[in-house]
Amino acid sequence: MHFLDHYNYWVFAVLLLTGLYAVVSRANLVKKLIGLSIFQSAVFLLYISMDKVAGGTAPIIIQPEDADRLYSNPLPQVLILTAIVVGISTLALGLAIVVRINEAYGTTEENELARMDEE
Amino acid sequence: MTVLFGAFLLTMLVITAIGIVRAQHLFVSVVLSGIYSLQMAGMFFILDAADVALTEAAVGAGVATVLMLSALALLDDRERSAGLKRLLFAVVASATLILLLHASVDMPSLGDPNAPVHTHVAPWYLEETPRLIGMPNVVTAILAGFRGYDTLGELFVIFTAGTGVLFLLASVHERGGLALLPSPDGTGLRHHLVPRLIGRFIVPFIVLFALYVQFHGDFGPGGGFQAGALASAGIVLYALAEGEATALKVLSFRVLTGMIAAGALLYVGVGLACLMLGGTFLDYSVLADDPIAGQHLGILLVELGVGITVSGVLLAIFHSFAAREQRR
Amino acid sequence: MAVILDAVSWVLLLAGGAFIFTGGVGVLRMPGFYTRMHAAGLTDTLGTLLTMVGLILQSGFTLSTAKLLAILLFLLLTAPTAAYALANAARLAGLVPERALRSESE
Repeated sequence: MHFLDHYNYWVFAVLLLTGLYAVVSRANLVKKLIGLSIFQSAVFLLYISMDKVAGGTAPIIIQPEDADRLYSNPLPQVLILTAIVVGISTLALGLAIVVRINEAYGTTEENELARMDEE
Repeated sequence: MTVLFGAFLLTMLVITAIGIVRAQHLFVSVVLSGIYSLQMAGMFFILDAADVALTEAAVGAGVATVLMLSALALLDDRERSAGLKRLLFAVVASATLILLLHASVDMPSLGDPNAPVHTHVAPWYLEETPRLIGMPNVVTAILAGFRGYDTLGELFVIFTAGTGVLFLLASVHERGGLALLPSPDGTGLRHHLVPRLIGRFIVPFIVLFALYVQFHGDFGPGGGFQAGALASAGIVLYALAEGEATALKVLSFRVLTGMIAAGALLYVGVGLACLMLGGTFLDYSVLADDPIAGQHLGILLVELGVGITVSGVLLAIFHSFAAREQRR
Repeated sequence: MAVILDAVSWVLLLAGGAFIFTGGVGVLRMPGFYTRMHAAGLTDTLGTLLTMVGLILQSGFTLSTAKLLAILLFLLLTAPTAAYALANAARLAGLVPERALRSESE
C-alpha cells in the first residue's frame, strides 16, 4: 500500500496538466472552457484528498458524546463546496460569451477569430 | 478494499479526462464530462466528503451537462482545427508533470492523522461546534456560521455570474428592462409520450427532495448549494418535458430575477439584523434569547437565502440559453 | 438466519454485478447503436434491481432500507425512460438501424 499513499496527488498532477493542455493547445473555445473545468476539478480533488484521516468518517457529529471518534477534516470541504457552484456559474458565463462571439463572428475557433480580427 | 476502489476510480478519472480532451465531436466531450463529474463525486464520497460529493453530483453531473448541451445547441458541434503548437506544449506539460510528481513525494501520505492540515484549526472546530452551535453537520456549521462572511462573498460571485449571463443573452424589452423572448409554440418533448409522462411524474419528487436537502442540511449532508442545484434540475426537467415557453409561463422571468435578488438580500438582511440587535455583522447569537437557538435560526435563514439565489441563477442561465435558440 | 441472509445477498450482489458487466461487454461488442442501447438499457435496470435488493437484505429493517427502496423506485422509473429517450432521439435524428440498411441493399 505504500504505492497508493501518494496516488491521489499523482492523479491530481496528471488531471491538472490535461486540463491545462486542453486550454492552451486546442483552438476551439468550448473545448478550452471544458479543459478549464477539468483543471478546476483537479484542484478540488487535491483539497479533498488532504482532508481524509485514516479510519475517520464524515464530519457529522450526531451526539456530543461521539466527539471522541475520529473525524475527517471539515475545513477543505467547506472551501470546495462553494467553489463547485462558483465554477459552474463562471462556466456558464464563459459559454454565454462564446455564444455571443459565435453570433458576431460566425466561428468559435481561435485561429479563425484572430485572422478575422486582423482583416 | 476501499483504497483499491478509490485507486480504480482515480485511474478511470484520468482515462475519462484524456478522452474528453481528445474527442473531436464536442457533444462527446460534454457527455464524457458528465461521466467525469460522476466519478469525481464517487471519489469525494470515498474520501469522506459527503456534502461535497452531493454538490458535485447534483451540479457537475446534472446541471452542468444540461447547460453545456443547451449552449452547444447554439454553436458548431465539431472542433475544426487540429490544435496549435501541440508538440511544444506537450513537452512543457511533461516537464511540469515531472516537477509536480517530484514535489508530491514530500506531501503527507493519504490519511495521515499527523499531517499539518489536521493539527492546526480543525480539531478546534470539531470540538467546539457541538458546544457553540449544537449542529451535527460540522461542514454546514462552518460554512454558514463560523465562516459565514466568506459564503456571503461566494454567493455574490454566483449572483454576478448569473447577472452577467442575463446581460449577455437576454434581450432588451421596449420599456428598457430585460426579457426572454421564446417563440410561442415552444419545443419540448410534446410528441414523446414516455419521457414526458415520466418527467411530469418525477418533477414534484425532485423539488420535494430539494426542499428536504435544504432543511436537513443541519443534520446530514445538505444545505443551500445542493438544494438550489436540485431544485433547478427539477424545473429544467419540467422545461424539457413541457416546452420552454410553458416553463417560462409557470416560473416567469420576473420571478427568477426576483429570486436571484431575494436570496442575496435575505443573507445580507440577516447580517444587518444581527447588527441592529447589538451583535457584530453575521453574529447570529443575538437573534434569539438563547445563543444556540440564535445560531440555528441564523444558519437556517442564511442557507435558505443561498438556496433561493443558487436555484434562481441556474434556472435563469438555463432559460437564457434555451430561449436564445428559438430566436434563430 | 444471518448466514442465510448473507448468502442470499452475496448471490444477489454478484448476479447484479455480472449483469452490469454483461451490459458493458454488450456495448463494446454489439455492431450498431440500437443493439448497443438494447444491451445497455436492459442490463442496467436489472443489475441495479438485483444490487439494491441485495443491499436491502443486508441493512434489515432500518431507515436505510426505506432510502434504498426510494432510490430503487426512482431508478426503475428513470433508467428505461432514459434508454427509450436516447433511442427515440437517435431515430428522430435520422440514424437508421443496420438491419433495415442491409435489407434495402440486398
